[in-house]
Amino acid sequence: MPDYPIFTEQMKKTHTILIPQMLPIHFALLEQAMLQAGYKVKVLDNDSPSVVSTGLKYVHNDTCYPALLVIGQMIDALNSGKYDVDHTALLITQTGGGCRASNYIFLLRKALVKAGYGQVPVLSLNFSGLEKDSSLKLSLPLVRKVVAAVLYGDELMLLANQTRPYEDEKGATDRLVAHWVQVLSRQFEEGKGVNKKQMAQNFLAIAQSFQDLPVTRVPRVKVGIVGEIYVKYSPLGNNQLEEFLAKEGCEVNVPGLLGFVLYCVANTEETIRLYGGSRLAQWGAHLLLGWFGKREKLMIDAVKQCKNLTPSAPFTETMRCSEGMIGRGNKMGEGWLLTAEMMELEAHGVDNIVCAQPFGCLPNHICGKGMMNKIRSVYPNANIVAIDYDPSATRVNQENRIKLMLSVARERLLEQTEKNKHPTEQKTAQPVTV
Amino acid sequence: MLRIGLDIGSTTIKCVVLDQADTILYQSYERHYSHIVEKAAELVRRVREEVGADRAVLGISGSAGMGFATACKLPFVQEVFATRVAANRFAPGTDVIIELGGEDAKILFLTGGMDVRMNGSCAGGTGAFIDQMATLLHLTNDEMNEAALKSERLYTIASRCGVFAKSDVQPLLNQGARKEDIAASIFAAVVNQTIGGLAQGRPIAGHVMYLGGPITFFSKLRQSFDEALGVKGVLPENSLYYVSLGAALYSTEEFDLEQVAQRLEHYSAGADFATNPPLFENQQEYDAFCARHALATVPTAPLADAKGAVDIGIDAGSTTVKVAVLDSEGTLVYQSYQPNSGNPVPIVRQVLLELYQQKPDIQVRSATATGYGEEIIKNAFSLDGGVVETVAHFTAARHFMPDVDFVIDIGGQDMKCFKVDKGAISDIYLNEACSSGCGSFLQTFAQALGYEVPQFAKLGLFAPRPVDLGSRCTVFMNSSVKQAQKDGASVEDISAGLSISVVKNALYKVIRTTRPEELGRHIVVQGGTFYNEAVLRAFEKEMGVEVIRPTIAGLMGAYGAALFGAGRAGKGQTSTLLDKKGLEDFTHEVTTTTCKGCGNHCQLTINRFSGNRRFVSGNRCEKPLAKAGAGESLNLYEYKRQLLSAYQPVAGARGKIGIPMGLNMLELLPFWHTFFTHLGFEVVQSPASNRQLYLKGQASISSDTVCYPAKLVHGHIAWLCEQPDIKTIFYPCLTYNLDEHLGDNHYNCPVVAYYPEVIAANCRCLAGKTFLYDYLGIHRPKDFVVHMTALLQKHFDGVTKREVEQAAKAAYAEYEAHMDRVRVKAQEYIAKARERDMPIIVLAGRPYHLDEEICHGIDKLVCSHNAAVITEDSVALLGGRQKTHVLNQWTYHSRLYAAAQYVTTQKDMELVQLVSFGCGVDAITTDEVREILHRAGRIYTQIKIDEITNLGAVNIRLRSLLAAIGR
Repeated sequence: MPDYPIFTEQMKKTHTILIPQMLPIHFALLEQAMLQAGYKVKVLDNDSPSVVSTGLKYVHNDTCYPALLVIGQMIDALNSGKYDVDHTALLITQTGGGCRASNYIFLLRKALVKAGYGQVPVLSLNFSGLEKDSSLKLSLPLVRKVVAAVLYGDELMLLANQTRPYEDEKGATDRLVAHWVQVLSRQFEEGKGVNKKQMAQNFLAIAQSFQDLPVTRVPRVKVGIVGEIYVKYSPLGNNQLEEFLAKEGCEVNVPGLLGFVLYCVANTEETIRLYGGSRLAQWGAHLLLGWFGKREKLMIDAVKQCKNLTPSAPFTETMRCSEGMIGRGNKMGEGWLLTAEMMELEAHGVDNIVCAQPFGCLPNHICGKGMMNKIRSVYPNANIVAIDYDPSATRVNQENRIKLMLSVARERLLEQTEKNKHPTEQKTAQPVTV
Repeated sequence: MLRIGLDIGSTTIKCVVLDQADTILYQSYERHYSHIVEKAAELVRRVREEVGADRAVLGISGSAGMGFATACKLPFVQEVFATRVAANRFAPGTDVIIELGGEDAKILFLTGGMDVRMNGSCAGGTGAFIDQMATLLHLTNDEMNEAALKSERLYTIASRCGVFAKSDVQPLLNQGARKEDIAASIFAAVVNQTIGGLAQGRPIAGHVMYLGGPITFFSKLRQSFDEALGVKGVLPENSLYYVSLGAALYSTEEFDLEQVAQRLEHYSAGADFATNPPLFENQQEYDAFCARHALATVPTAPLADAKGAVDIGIDAGSTTVKVAVLDSEGTLVYQSYQPNSGNPVPIVRQVLLELYQQKPDIQVRSATATGYGEEIIKNAFSLDGGVVETVAHFTAARHFMPDVDFVIDIGGQDMKCFKVDKGAISDIYLNEACSSGCGSFLQTFAQALGYEVPQFAKLGLFAPRPVDLGSRCTVFMNSSVKQAQKDGASVEDISAGLSISVVKNALYKVIRTTRPEELGRHIVVQGGTFYNEAVLRAFEKEMGVEVIRPTIAGLMGAYGAALFGAGRAGKGQTSTLLDKKGLEDFTHEVTTTTCKGCGNHCQLTINRFSGNRRFVSGNRCEKPLAKAGAGESLNLYEYKRQLLSAYQPVAGARGKIGIPMGLNMLELLPFWHTFFTHLGFEVVQSPASNRQLYLKGQASISSDTVCYPAKLVHGHIAWLCEQPDIKTIFYPCLTYNLDEHLGDNHYNCPVVAYYPEVIAANCRCLAGKTFLYDYLGIHRPKDFVVHMTALLQKHFDGVTKREVEQAAKAAYAEYEAHMDRVRVKAQEYIAKARERDMPIIVLAGRPYHLDEEICHGIDKLVCSHNAAVITEDSVALLGGRQKTHVLNQWTYHSRLYAAAQYVTTQKDMELVQLVSFGCGVDAITTDEVREILHRAGRIYTQIKIDEITNLGAVNIRLRSLLAAIGR
């Protein structure tokens, strides 16, 4: 018997499940999907400094920052008095693998006991077979909605990022996103929006609505954001990085969540290829990749039909971007995907990249900072800055380094704009082969 | 039109005014003491007067100028970028710029692919760092430069950050090393840090230019850079002003200067910063607090009234020297507390002479030393004995409060906390070199803001909104304070905030507690830092408990040493302390040499005192002291090293294959050596690591925060690449380790698993070599053969699967045999230790902690305390698989849990965990190992190691452990 409380079937009715925020658009859709499946859920939005100080108090201070923040946010919520702690449960994601992040759930349980919330059950959302007694049971309808939420979330995030900096009416993009979250939630409610045909329709409708938004396109510095999954996405984790870059007049490009999901699936296949193992599992992973690939293609095709909007690259292309750079056996943390995403951004002309990671992130020593020289040898114009996030790393320090990257980016943008005025001199950026 | 450039850095503000021909009309360089906006406004007005212009083009740069430039709508340009703009105008043809500022280090590559690099948030300050070190050495900047020019030798000083370096420098001072040599070593450390952190594999060559304050002021620093880079760099005219020049050139906007000054004056930050509640709400609260603490006193009397023979306690701490004298009735008859000024010996001599003068008939029963300088003081003045500081402090605290549950001592450099159970120390918590947020930390900030410490602390007592600064090391704190100032926090709020952060650091980083009840209800706090009422108050508030702070809080070490001496003294004992004549004739001479006793090549400092007394420091073992050892030492680390060195190259038909002896290779060598030897390869290993080997690979390190064991691999690779006859280097990626069935999975940590990728991507020296770093799975022997065959066939002709199969079979067998040899030897050592009644220490780390450059001879140090040393892997199987509260999925780490469990079943075994700085996984394992030991009522000891070579702090931990278990 485990010495921690288990989330039972009855608790579904009695307990409110708290979920830490990571990706505002995606999680809004996921929240709806879970509500409809009969779970009482709430995505946390508390982000006051007490989140960090609570985290510091209950988590080993050398543990990675995301663990500290996520656990801090949950305990801070329990402390807030807003929830009946005897009828509250917590949900945490677990990717599994050799990164210490697989330990979050254990650290959370330890912290709960320390903070006097030993009665609060913790649920794990994972697809690796971890935590058999505590993993969230996903019914087929819920799985379909979760998958749809990831795809819709990615499309909305992608298009919003491409539109927001140019919108004529301030706030119009965000209103459009909110509108779609509402529309899609309603469809989910009716069991719609999850099959192939409906998805294709939605993808196109979404893309067209963004295309129709009045914008004025001016040359702007494009900045890609890659890194450890939590600090890359979560505004709480990266000190509102996207907002800062927007204020600096940049268009941000954040690779979607689907890439990470498929990265995990692809790793199953690759692990067996490298070291041996069940052919069946390998085949299963392969089929799953193919299935997702078809859904992904629907989204890409929809965006392609719209002018001035650029679709994300298909996962198969992302995979190819890692070739010659880093082995695909590198599967801890963000692993090869991180390097591949940087290469993909460079290949698509996004030279400027912020690589965000928690201070002391082990996988990023390899696939982030370790690969930058190699990336520069292929794309000499790569303008990458690695930023460490940590409870006490100050914003001044981080912003100063980002501003350095932006100064170089602006100078280049200016040169480029000048050149475009004289199209005869125009050259297209070609990667150097080494 | 004139152009004005302002460069507002972390400590200084620089200004230039240019005319149309870019000639400098005016320039100034001054410290701003954090009054940034006021200073900037004043400067703009001054410039207006000096150059007699109402309007000018104006640009701002510098890290401290960033916030308000935007708010005041003044054009801002990032400082590194500004440097480049200025360099393009004033120094065309420059290839590389190295710029050191108050807190930043930058390298700009201008030609051959422009690239600008800046230190990350961890590498710490450079100018501020040198300032700190100069303060520590009691030298002005000029004196420090002068001194460094006269150096004769260099010490290794950790270059990772200021806090680390400080803990290297302090013991050197206490051991009597020459200031000249230390000063030069500090400059060398700065150079190493800059190159190691920023070059990241890119060669620094061609026309090199030096810029910035420190590099301008210290000629020795330039010289050190020249030597390290093998170039002759140029210090241009106006080397201090490049950033401001760049700001002036970059801006295109014209301003009315009076208006700018007014705008700056009206700028007030939003006062938007995280706060804590005030320390005291009102005067009454404060008065009651003072009255309560004034009660914790000891009986005192003038020295003249001392009854009977006295006991003297001397605490030679990191920053202060404390002396306490007790008479036969335990009355405190003399006390002294003063800064050690970098050398405690003359100060102690002075104090002792004063004692003899004030009371010529003084009879000394015992004299006992403690603290960092314990050994040197004991030897210099022929004291009766020494006592480890933890025990001294505990003795004093218990005297104050016999039923004490918890003691917290915060000194200048160290934090020592003990839990007490049934009158004995049951657990010890000491701060790591990285979180030295102690007394000297407050002092540094007080001075930076222009205050004395007591005055600074007073400011914070009634601060309305103490800033929430978190609990991190000094380097991080610097930028937190900067941020708070930018956000409009007052000096009062910052002072209170710093005191609170010292407390939080102690509680959450060192003690790792969350609830006051864990510490018990009877708490004694002591150490000089608790004289600071703000810290004391913050502590009580944070813990929600009233504590005892003795009025002699800063003297407790000395007081405890005196008590300890008194307790040890026999009836009618007379101390061996030098008499008055001996003190008057006292001489002290220092020489240095390198020990040739073993491969460590310790740098020894030899102190010679009058009367032929001698004290040698810097050694890691007893060899140079020529003391007769107690027979063979029982050191399993040494045994494992011997086993590995037995794998010698065997000439083979398929040629040479090189193996870098880093990380997991220190365990897998028997496997790969056997495997390749069987296949007819001649396996050549890189040599044992040392500092030189590290420096060889330093420039190719891509992440400055990765652990030292990983950084060392670069050196091993560089060595292998230098061997012309080695064409192939083998260093595979291993996601999984062999499964020992001790955990739920058998991963390697991400760094061990994938470091070969970093090597392949960053070590340019690999060009022309075949570097095999494929992903292999040794955990599945059958699949391994298939994949390995394919790999070898790709690179070598005529390799058959059958051959590989046989080689693999032999390799697995040899690996098992090797591990067995270690386990068998461990049992032999355990039996011998039991025969001789020696304590057995399980020095638990990772296989790579065998490397003497990584563990710095800690294994030998443990042995020198007459203990046996065994390894975690040698007893892990005896402990068996553990049910843990964490995910138990890494092979090396599962061994730690299993070994810890085994230790709890053995009365005469203790576990000491070695942790490499920057090891993320150990944030998880340390808590878990501690928990396993605590559940069984055992003491947990952790030793954090990095590039640091000084073993002073390590020794304190070991001696405290041995003292606590009654050895």
